[in-house]
Amino acid sequence: MYGWIGTILRVNLTTGSINKEALDPELARKYIGARGLGSRILSDEIDPKIDPLSADNKLIFATGPLSGTNAPSAGHFNIVTKGPLTGTIAASSSGGVFGPMLKYAGYDLVIFEGKAAKPVYLWINDGQVELRDATALWGKTVPETTEAIRAATDDEASVACIGPAGERLVLFANIMNECGRAAGRTGVGAVMGSKNLKAVAVRGTGAVRVADVKGFREAMVKARDMIKNHPVGGGGLKAFGTDVLINILNESGGLPTRNFREGVFATADKVGGESLTKKILTRPRGCFSCIMSCGRATRITNPKYAGVGEGPEYETAWSFGPDCGIDDLDAVTKAHYLCNDYGMDAIAMGTTIACAMDLFESGVITTKDTDGAALRFGDAEMMVEMTRKTGTGEGFGNKLALGSYRLAESYGHPEYSMTAKKQEMPAYDPRALQGIGLNYATSNRGGCHVRGYMTAVEILGNPVKMDNLATEGKAQWTITFQDLTAALDSSGSCLFVTFGIGADELAAMISQATGVPYSTEEFMKIGARIWNLERLFNLKAGLSAKDDTLPPRMLKDPLPAGPCEGQVNKLDQMLPEYYTLRGWDSAGIPTKKKLSELGL
Amino acid sequence: MAKMLMIYPDRCTGCQNCVLSCSFHHDGEFRPHSSRIRVFNWEIEGFSMPTVCQQCDDAPCVSVCPTAAMYADPAGNRVAWEEAKCIGCRMCTLACPFGAVVYETQKQRIVKCDLCNGSPECVAFCPTSALEYLDETDAVRSRQKAVAVGFKKTFEEVR
Repeated sequence: MYGWIGTILRVNLTTGSINKEALDPELARKYIGARGLGSRILSDEIDPKIDPLSADNKLIFATGPLSGTNAPSAGHFNIVTKGPLTGTIAASSSGGVFGPMLKYAGYDLVIFEGKAAKPVYLWINDGQVELRDATALWGKTVPETTEAIRAATDDEASVACIGPAGERLVLFANIMNECGRAAGRTGVGAVMGSKNLKAVAVRGTGAVRVADVKGFREAMVKARDMIKNHPVGGGGLKAFGTDVLINILNESGGLPTRNFREGVFATADKVGGESLTKKILTRPRGCFSCIMSCGRATRITNPKYAGVGEGPEYETAWSFGPDCGIDDLDAVTKAHYLCNDYGMDAIAMGTTIACAMDLFESGVITTKDTDGAALRFGDAEMMVEMTRKTGTGEGFGNKLALGSYRLAESYGHPEYSMTAKKQEMPAYDPRALQGIGLNYATSNRGGCHVRGYMTAVEILGNPVKMDNLATEGKAQWTITFQDLTAALDSSGSCLFVTFGIGADELAAMISQATGVPYSTEEFMKIGARIWNLERLFNLKAGLSAKDDTLPPRMLKDPLPAGPCEGQVNKLDQMLPEYYTLRGWDSAGIPTKKKLSELGL
Repeated sequence: MAKMLMIYPDRCTGCQNCVLSCSFHHDGEFRPHSSRIRVFNWEIEGFSMPTVCQQCDDAPCVSVCPTAAMYADPAGNRVAWEEAKCIGCRMCTLACPFGAVVYETQKQRIVKCDLCNGSPECVAFCPTSALEYLDETDAVRSRQKAVAVGFKKTFEEVR
């Protein structure tokens, strides 16, 4: 095959059996790869009702046809499983080197099933694949694990692993690769931990081939030039990283502050991309085949938080920063390093601490609940300490490990949790960006900006500028972004390429790579197919239209100040139209007609 | 004017676009393992270093080649080789102080940078100008200037 390798690796951790299977070309054509193909296989092979942390769940590492090629920023892969944080289908995308390396070793996907009796890791050395004892690695941080496995295998091996957080089933544990790259959201690391699987290490010496060498080169060069010439893709991201957004969102009045109590943070600039570049940046970093290099290698010299590592990016700078009422860049960066080392989602970690601070300041919890700690907004030292305690599993850290929804619910006040479907919302306030609110509410994996990035049209004017406070037209744009992202995530590309290219260019590159002619329409239809497939999984898992909502604070409490003062999210004005345009009934269930149209 | 391939590790992000474009240009496939250029990454420290044939003037690989397959090509400012004369003895791989000449067992051939006959793909695809193909005097000018800028800064502080 071209683009695809044509082989799936299936590893049963209960029995220790390892098998190679042929990839079904028809399934690959219909779902492209990565998120789409992984979700199809997961839907076919597990009952959506299972306990996500049981041996019945499966964990799929899935690449796309562009992974491993020179298509711009196409080094991504997805981890697909049933997520323990949300109880929904979960696909978590990551850059790094792991995805391409898996293809060079000769596999499109690795499917893990069952549960190992004791800690193990998988070592894939081209055609030779073996499960190895990982008892000595259990408890080790991500960099320690990576180093130890490279020493035991090959120093060029790519290592995807969990840290202590994943081992202890922290519900927002992630899977890291190359130390600083994360499949960050939905708690995929806890699923890996529940299977006693510490790591997957891979070294590949083979090739990814494309169907039309000349045609692919042309399509790829065109896409690269378009991204290079885009003010965000070729400008802002490269110069300041994603953290460039802090000041932009703050000026729009949509930078969630103090657990979404407010939308403006007076000293936000201190944790913004411009300050980061000036104060702590060592140099920009790029994932495999990336031309934007939004990654930030940083160094903190302040002895209290000293260290080197990757980050922070925008979401982290916000979650540990303004959302906790903090403007100390060194502390924020330290918390990010801790998340990388212990293997935790930095969005969920920061916002769960913000939720705890809110609960404390509101008098719901006291020092009796928090091991004596006074959790106040703005206390940077306490924020770093809480992050550490969650990573190591000490005292109140074990409560924070549940994520903000279960934390607030355990004290009888779930309304303090800023989540959609129990996953923490990221750094765009739905009261200031009406469309992003609709996207959070309808997202198939809970609160998430990278399912349908409405910020592009509502703030950045890409590809058009819409009124961020209006509700008109938002349902259609949300659907377009959700479908585009679903198809893009399936190609092996990074979402940020949409700062420069769209469905036309992606479809062209995938066509030239695979030899399967994808029109733009077909590409977008595949996105809709994946979205509906995920929806069906969630409905079977027990979710319903009542879960398509936002926290009461977003719907009832107006923003107190700033450019969006007085605004709430008007979800009820957008959701019915969204269902209709999706071809779903009023209960949010896809109609038979829609499903047959999509080939489901 | 003869040009040189210059490496600026301080600009390298570790993305390996050079590695991919090299393999694609020479072999029509994406296979980093057989790329003529390599990038080594230190992830935690955030440092990356591309390594490639330095096209030495007094090249050990040329000196040890028993069949003169490997030869100096002053016009291209490079070390070139003739596939037909190569007997696959791998002496050049032993002699190269940079490890930049590799024998690939799968295809039974020598793999070494040929500067893409004067139009290096790795340079064309490097997104941060960490690789440049420059006139011999231009090649060092940016480094000379960096020294001057550093001195200017110090001088202003002292003054």
